[in-house]
Parts: sequence; C-alpha cells; structure tokens
Amino acid sequence: MKPILACVLALVVLSGCPAYAVQPDEIMSDPAKEARARDLSRELRCMVCQNQSIDDSEAPLARDLRLLVRERISAGDSDAQVIDFLVARYGEFVLLKPRLERHTLLLWLLPPFALVGGGLALWLNWRRRSKSAAADDESLFKLTAEEETRLEQLLAAQPSPDQPA
Amino acid sequence: MIAEAGHYALVLALALALIQSTLPLLGARWRDPALMNVARSAALAQLLFVAASFAALVTLHVTSDFSVVNVFENSHSLKPLIYKITGVWGNHEGSMLLWVLILALFGGMVAAFGNNLPLSLRAHVLAVQAWIASAFYLFILITSNPFLRIVNPPIEGRDLNPVLQDFGLAVHPPMLYLGYVGFSISFSFAIAALIEGRIDAAWARWVRPWTLVAWIFLTLGISMGSYWAYYELGWGGWWFWDPVENASLMPWLAGTALLHSLVVMEKRNALKVWTILLSILAFSLSLLGTFLVRSGVLTSVHAFATDPTRGVFILLILCLFIGGSLSLFAWRASALKQGGLFAPISREGALVLNNLFLTTACATVFIGTLYPLALEVLTGEKISVGAPFFNLTFGPLFLGVLIAVPFGPMLAWKRGDLLGAAQRLMAAGITALIAVAVLWAWTGGGSTLAPLAIGLAIFVIAGALTDLAERTGLFRLPLSASFRRARGLPRSSWGTVFAHAGVGMALIGIVCETTWNTEYIGSMKPDDVAIVARYQLRLDGATQQQGPNYREMLAQFTVSLDGERLAIMTPSKRNFTTRGSTTTEAALLTRGFSQLYISLGETAADGAIAVRIYHKPMVLLIWLGPVLMAFGGLLSLSDRRLRVGAPKPAKAMRGLQAAE
Repeated sequence: MKPILACVLALVVLSGCPAYAVQPDEIMSDPAKEARARDLSRELRCMVCQNQSIDDSEAPLARDLRLLVRERISAGDSDAQVIDFLVARYGEFVLLKPRLERHTLLLWLLPPFALVGGGLALWLNWRRRSKSAAADDESLFKLTAEEETRLEQLLAAQPSPDQPA
Repeated sequence: MIAEAGHYALVLALALALIQSTLPLLGARWRDPALMNVARSAALAQLLFVAASFAALVTLHVTSDFSVVNVFENSHSLKPLIYKITGVWGNHEGSMLLWVLILALFGGMVAAFGNNLPLSLRAHVLAVQAWIASAFYLFILITSNPFLRIVNPPIEGRDLNPVLQDFGLAVHPPMLYLGYVGFSISFSFAIAALIEGRIDAAWARWVRPWTLVAWIFLTLGISMGSYWAYYELGWGGWWFWDPVENASLMPWLAGTALLHSLVVMEKRNALKVWTILLSILAFSLSLLGTFLVRSGVLTSVHAFATDPTRGVFILLILCLFIGGSLSLFAWRASALKQGGLFAPISREGALVLNNLFLTTACATVFIGTLYPLALEVLTGEKISVGAPFFNLTFGPLFLGVLIAVPFGPMLAWKRGDLLGAAQRLMAAGITALIAVAVLWAWTGGGSTLAPLAIGLAIFVIAGALTDLAERTGLFRLPLSASFRRARGLPRSSWGTVFAHAGVGMALIGIVCETTWNTEYIGSMKPDDVAIVARYQLRLDGATQQQGPNYREMLAQFTVSLDGERLAIMTPSKRNFTTRGSTTTEAALLTRGFSQLYISLGETAADGAIAVRIYHKPMVLLIWLGPVLMAFGGLLSLSDRRLRVGAPKPAKAMRGLQAAE
C-alpha cells in the first residue's frame, strides 16, 4: 500500500551505506566468468535486505557475497557447486528460488494445480450444466408419472368411438 | 487548534459512518424510503468531515507545526512546498488518512451519482461502505492517530525520507489508493446483491463503471510506481517482485479478471456467482495488501510479534471482512440463479479462459508472497521466494493467456467458430512470424526466446488491429463506409482494442529491456570515455552544489553518437544532511522509446567516480503499454451505455438480446 519503493528504500536508510550494487573493483577480468557471476548473483538473496538479490543490493554483506561468488568461480567451481557452497554456509534462505523439497512442495505445485484443477472444474461444471439443460429440454416433452395416470384416466373415462353411446 | 479540529472531524466521520452502516439497513428491511435515504446524506457528510480532517493534516504539514508528532517525524521547515504536501501521505498515519479519504470519496460519489440505482440497493451498498469505513476510522483513531501532540515541541523536524522527496510520491500513492479502494465499491455491490439475493445483468452494468475507474487508477498507479523505482533507485530495475509490489499486483490481476467476467454477465447474464466471488476477492486482496504493508509483517515476522498493535488490528479487520464476506457468499450464492448457457468455444468461453489464467496467476503471486511468511510462522524454517521463482511461474502463465487474447474478441457469443477466428487472424499470425524471423536473423540467433516473445506481442497487437478492421469492414467496404462504421462503433470496442494492444506493447518493452540491455560499470576520471551500445559518453567533470535541504555532486557527461554530439547528461548524488542519507539521481536520455541511463556511485580518493551506464532498448514501452491500457479503459468508461445510466432490468434484457 505504501509506495512500492518504501521497503526497498528502508534498506538504503538502514544500511546507511551509499555504495551500490556491483562495484567496478569487483568485476572479474574474464567476461564469461563475470557473466556467470552476475547470473548467479541474481539468484542469491542478500540476507540482511528485504527481498533483494545480491546483484541489486547495496548492503556490505551483499558485496561480501558477490566477492565470495567470484572467488568460488575463479577457484574453478561450477554454478551448482557455488550454490551448494553458499547454501551449506548460509542455509536455504540465501536462495531466491527455493529448491523443490518437501516443505516447498505446495509452493511449487500450487500454480500448475490451480491451472489444471481450475480447467477441470470448469469442464465438469460445463458438462453437468449442459447435461441438466438437455435433461430439462427432454423433460419438457415427457409426461410425469402423475400426468400419465391422469391421461389414462381421461382416456378410460372417454367413451370408445366403437361403442355406440 | 487545527490538529484538534482535524482529530474531532475524524471522530465525527466515525459517528456518521456508524449511522450510515445501520439505519439504511433497517430502512431496507422495513421498506422505509426516508431511512434508506439516510445513507445518501450520511455518505456526503462523512466525505465532508474526512476531507476537513485531511485538510487539517495538510495545513499542519505546510505550516511545519512541529508540535505534532507526525509533522515532526516526517517534515522539515526547509523542505520544498510540494514535498511538504506529499509528505502528508509519505508516512503510515497520513497514508491511512488518505486511504479513508478516498474511501469516503467513492462512497460520496455513489451517493451523488447513484440516483438511478434502486433505493434499497443504494442503501445496502452505502451501508457496506460504511462498515469498511468504520473499521478503518477506528484503526486510525486507536492505533495510528496522525494528530498526536508533543509536550515540548522541537524547533526542527526530522525531514522526510529523501528517496520519497520526489514527484513520484505526489502521484503514485494517490493513484494506487484510488485503485485499491475503488474495488471497495464492487465489493459493496457484491455484498448488497448477496444480502438482497438478487442479481441481474443490470447489476453488472452498474458495477462495471466503478470497477473500470478503480482498474484504470490501479493500472496507472502500478506503472507510475514502477517508473519511479526505475529512475530513483539507481540501478535501472523496474520490477522487483517485492512483496509490496505483489500486494498491488494481486488486486490488479483479480480486478482485470473481474472486468472481463462483468462483460459476460452484462451481455449474457451468465457467470453471476463467479463475478460476485471475484468482486469479493479483488477487494479482499486490497485489504491483504494493506495488512502486508501496514503491519510490518514483511520486514520480519519477529518485528510483527514485538509490536503487534497495528498488525493485529488490521488482521482483525482482514479476517472480519474477508471471512464475513466469504461466509455470506457460501451461504447465499446458491440462491443466485445461473444464467445463460454457452459452448466452451465462444466469447464467453474465451473470457472464462482469461479468468482461469488471471486467477491462477494471482494465486501464484499470492502463494509466492505469503508462503515464506506462513512457513516461518508454522515451522520456523526460513526460505526466500524472489524474482527467479516468479519469472519461472508467473511468466509462462501470462504468456499463455496472451496467445488466447486475439481470439477472444473474434469469437461469437454462445457458440463461436475457432477455425473462422483463426482464418481471420491469419494476417496477424503471419506478421508475427515474419517479425520473429527478422528479429532472429537480425540479432544473430542469440536468444530464441526473446524473438518468440516479441512475435507473440506483435500477434496480440496485430490481433487487436484485425478486430478493429473486422468491425469497421476496413479493406472490404469503401473507405468512407468503414469510417462511418468506425465512428458508430461502441467506445467499449475501441477500449478493448487499445487495452489489448497495450498489453502487447508492454511485453515488447519488457522483453527488449531484459534481453538486450547493455551495461557499463566502471570508474571514470574527467575526460574518460565510456562506450555503451555505440554511444560515446565522456565525463567532463564533477561539481558540488547546494540544494534546499541537501548537498549534491553533479557529474556532467557529453553524449555523442558516431562522433556527433547529442546531448549533455548530468546525473547527481544527493546528500541529505538531516537524515545523513544519500540518494542517486539518475540522468536519463530518451532516444525514441529507448533510454540511456547514468547513475553515480562512490568517489574514490584519487577522484575517480564509480559510474553505471545502461542502454535500455524500448524500455519506455514498459510504461506506455499500461498507459495505453488505461486509455482503453477510459474509452470504455465513456461508452454511451455506461454513461446514460442504468436501465430497468427488463429493458436491459431486451437491449441485451438486440446487441450483437
């Protein structure tokens, strides 16, 4: 409700550190490795910030993490190894995209289930309604049991045309 | 004196709201027109008193009366006048006062312009509005009073958070609130319909303009906020999937779904129960947003636990209204008669598909935002859900719905011809495919996904134009005849075309910006040249300057393209002395729809300045798209059948059969 920025900026004030995101002195000399570092940085959370990746964050901790990521990359780690290293050190909290595990099952499965389940519910509802509508149509032309007996009574009461009155 | 008057006016507004929330209901029960009409005058008087209370707070801020806590904490005598005014809602208490002011404004508008509503419906709607209003007046008066005094008034205030000292604060929150709170009207109409147990196509016709107004403001408010974040925060991001942003996106998604289902209800008298549910959901999500942002639960679950007064109060309001309305829905919805039947392949079917995707997208944002909170409360485990999660889940859903967008308007009501629609969209499809091929060749086959997504966007835009061409008989009839038809076309059809084209436009901007964004990060000394996307940017030098309540360092860049001088750009870094904090003021150079973006970082001991320069291709489309969507909404709002006022139900039914 408050301006969208509000919480992002709370950090700027809290951290009180006017430095920002990736600094020139952090950049790796190999552009391919630097690109990998940037991509990884976008997936990792600055833990003292509110929902900011270490790539965006200005906090000193984010800088430490960015340097750590680059350190691991220059040491020859693969992307997965870097992530594992950070998770081992800081816990799952560091991942902006949680892994699919037992406690995140609902999180990951809700969107596809909502779509498929919603579609299924719509289809069933449509079938039920069109069936009952069809049944309604048929029942209009069919007589109820009560009407049948009344009709028979009427027919029975009617003098047969063969018999002279 | 002014503070006390403002406080008292708010108390009186609460008293009026309490009257408005009860008497009209009794009037409706006893069929007493005089009692029902109390709602109207009470709503207008309530608006008057809240406006007086708000004016009092504005006056206190403008005159820098530091004996009031709210002014002391958020203002400074040297602050420019515009920020003294906007600072009123740049804090918790003031923004809640703006919230109730807008709520009263909408209530007052229903009272003033709702003359064509049936008396009992109007009484019910205004009574429900007053329930909401009473709850929030109590919240302000008990937990967030903006008129509290300080015993020993200080001489100077603490100043407003510098990042908020921007024109964005003047526009973004009021717009957003007009959107959020505007959904309270469709909520009240839905509750009124449930209480009365009666709902028909005329109801949809009354609700649609109010929903449209709210939706237009919310669309503009969100995109304004996004642009503000883009130029103010200094790293060129425009959407962060931050919980606060998600809090505004969820009502928008539900509101967009509601707009579409209202169309079905108005034209075909179907989807009644679903439309009611969406009306309740859209406003419930607005309330949820209020809770998320206002309770402090986002900063940390523990912060919420240590000072829970405000949070618990809003949580109570939330449970009361959401729980209450959903129970009422569960109890009464079955009493509402189902409307017309339709085949799955039909205009209604397409709109239902739209609703399925939008509500799923909404549910995705909902779970992504709340799951970490719930998990921490329940198990103590901490996880993060951020941009990568939403991009992976929300992205495909939204792209999925876009494929269907051009087909919707091409299908007939009740039973549509998918093959025929596809044939008519052939030209649009071919245009899109050519665009994909050209883009793919042009960008050297770098990314496959980006040209495909842009092709989809072009398909949506071309599809919207095809719809227009079909309706006006362009290329089939002589030009003068199509022109006549175009003039005779209902404004709402034009609205659809613009809104759908706007979605495509925004998508082009988003894809181009994220895929082909060029970035330069480096230390620059005077006379250094940085080259970004063929532009040469030379740092001429840096100067210090004194602003009204800050000092700033201005750097001057000369931008040239192929040796030809284009412009001077002057990004700056401001240091606000009172709060001791810094903001970066990015410099923007617009070239067509693309922008060059410079922001400054630290200055090193040797005089080198850390600089970030971006070239963001087509970035303006990200915000022009929503503006086009809002314009489409405005056109639709000006449609004759919404303006003329609501006809009697029976007449409306006949009108519906005649239409299309």
